[in-house]
Amino acid sequence: MSGGAIAITERAASRRRRGLIENAQAYLFLIPAIAFLGLFKILPAFYAIYISFFRWDIIQGAFRGLDNYFDILWQNSTRSQAFWQALSTTFTYAAITVPIEMALALIVAYVLFQKLAGRDFYRTIYYLPYVTSTVAAASAFLWIFHPQYGIANQMLGVFGISPLRWFQEPDGVFQMLGNAAGLAVPDWAAGPSLALVGVAIFSIWHFLGFQILIFLGGLGNIPVEYYEAAKLDGASQWQLFRRITLPLLSPQIFFVFTIASIGVLRAFNEIFVLTNGGPLDTTRTITLLLFKTFFQQGQIGLGSAMGVLLTLIILAFTLIQFRVLERRVTYS
Amino acid sequence: MNTPQVLPRAITRPMRPHVPRVTSSIFKHLLLVVVGVVVAYPFYFMVTSSLKEFFEATQVPPTLFPTALHPENYAEVWSKQPWGRFFANTLFIAGVSVVGEIVIAVLAAYAFAQMRFRGKNVLFALVLATYMMPGEATLIPNFVMMSKAPPGVSPFFPIPRLNLYDTYAAQILPFLASAFSIFLLRQQFLSIPQELRDAARIDGAGHVRFLWSIVLPISVPALVTVAIISFYASWNSFQWPFIVTSSEAVRPVQVALNAFSAEAGSHYHLLMAAASLVVAPIVLLYLVGQRFLVQGVARTGIRG
Repeated sequence: MSGGAIAITERAASRRRRGLIENAQAYLFLIPAIAFLGLFKILPAFYAIYISFFRWDIIQGAFRGLDNYFDILWQNSTRSQAFWQALSTTFTYAAITVPIEMALALIVAYVLFQKLAGRDFYRTIYYLPYVTSTVAAASAFLWIFHPQYGIANQMLGVFGISPLRWFQEPDGVFQMLGNAAGLAVPDWAAGPSLALVGVAIFSIWHFLGFQILIFLGGLGNIPVEYYEAAKLDGASQWQLFRRITLPLLSPQIFFVFTIASIGVLRAFNEIFVLTNGGPLDTTRTITLLLFKTFFQQGQIGLGSAMGVLLTLIILAFTLIQFRVLERRVTYS
Repeated sequence: MNTPQVLPRAITRPMRPHVPRVTSSIFKHLLLVVVGVVVAYPFYFMVTSSLKEFFEATQVPPTLFPTALHPENYAEVWSKQPWGRFFANTLFIAGVSVVGEIVIAVLAAYAFAQMRFRGKNVLFALVLATYMMPGEATLIPNFVMMSKAPPGVSPFFPIPRLNLYDTYAAQILPFLASAFSIFLLRQQFLSIPQELRDAARIDGAGHVRFLWSIVLPISVPALVTVAIISFYASWNSFQWPFIVTSSEAVRPVQVALNAFSAEAGSHYHLLMAAASLVVAPIVLLYLVGQRFLVQGVARTGIRG
């Protein structure tokens, strides 16, 4: 009896020992990841908040509490005006880019998913912009849409449209359309500047392939039987798309919507290269304003406060995305 | 009518003749071709412009194809800037980043997927939190951390000053640990059957041996995916190196290309040649590793 008890305690002890060793080993495996994530991702998030509480022009100055935030939001008229304009530009940019991009990607993915000759070839082409560096691609766009030499204006010329200034055009697109039609468009209805629309065109070009890729994955998950059954019942192509594809693709549509919105909120490189926030600040989004404030004006404290505000907006989108995706996973 | 009787609907609705199917497939191809041409045109434009001679490149209307090929443009671009240095810089930064990122991610992912330890959920939530943290949140503090402590300011507190401005390390260290790679590999390692681990344990293999001789060999596709995505991110990164570097000695190609666009001015055949040079390696990598990149993006949905 006693021998058995000893054996049991010995086994328990050895199990505990093994557990301790496994614990130690696991921590050892995790040290590099946690150390680097901690130093460059987690701590900086707190530093960003810390810095935003100070006057910090190149070097740390006096503690200001929330004054940097108040300045940005309403206290300092120049800064707050710039901030709200940048926020409005950011959301306008998103409102132009995201729906068009998604509709186009959905149509192309739907067509591409069917059995067609040369599918893989089309796919290879469509994904190409996504892997291309923004700086290189944007410099090509600058010349394609060049006011004097660009082929875009040559094409417009074919239809009798006079050359446009594209990335150098601060006028609103509705205003320009109105002027062309001889209508006076009020300022509030001027619409986004042509330059911002140009940036949106670039963005759509750059990320279309990514969205097509996600949609193709979603289409692949829809059981073929649904389509076959519906076809036997005499459903039209449009009905198939409307009643089967769209509802069953809704997780991907939602995923792409949030990812694209976040991507647009964070967009920097393309705007920096294409317009650098101009003309007349009409393409100055939050990221551009943040960059100018922090890097060119050396206002690190103010820039940090802006970064915190932008992060909160992005986090809100991310959390919504996680929530919805989580629910989808538990229900299915 | 020789339609089989088992499909009554097919009888009431006459079989669609072949003609509309062909036209609809022509329409589909038409759509795909138009989108394809629009998508591919900037690449075509980049390469053809890079081979044109100065006057032809700025000619109105532009020529669709160069009247004479001028590959010497590339030699001229190469001689104007130390491109060899820039490419070597980017290759070095990307290479170290890829290897470091894989080693760190493999270890962490394995611990999360295959080991039992205290605080696993908390640590995993921490990694998850960094995945949601956008780069804008950390841009300024990381810049402050990379710079030198001003005189009279502690280099440790409250913010550590690593004094790494204008170095390779500044371009590598912040990206070594990637929550994205850890997730992707954890997913892969979770899919390894428990029986394999049990069998290895009975044979006396510890975690290190199991990881090295069983887990890694069967995870090669996932590892290649992580490597390609990491390389691609490193190659195309622009904003961060633009901020933390100033000298040519450590300048990567994207920053060099941006600087060159100012230098090239209206000589845009030269700018397009430089752009083609910068894009070529990543496009080649994409064509070779398309399968892995596509898998990785489809599985996790990153957006560059």
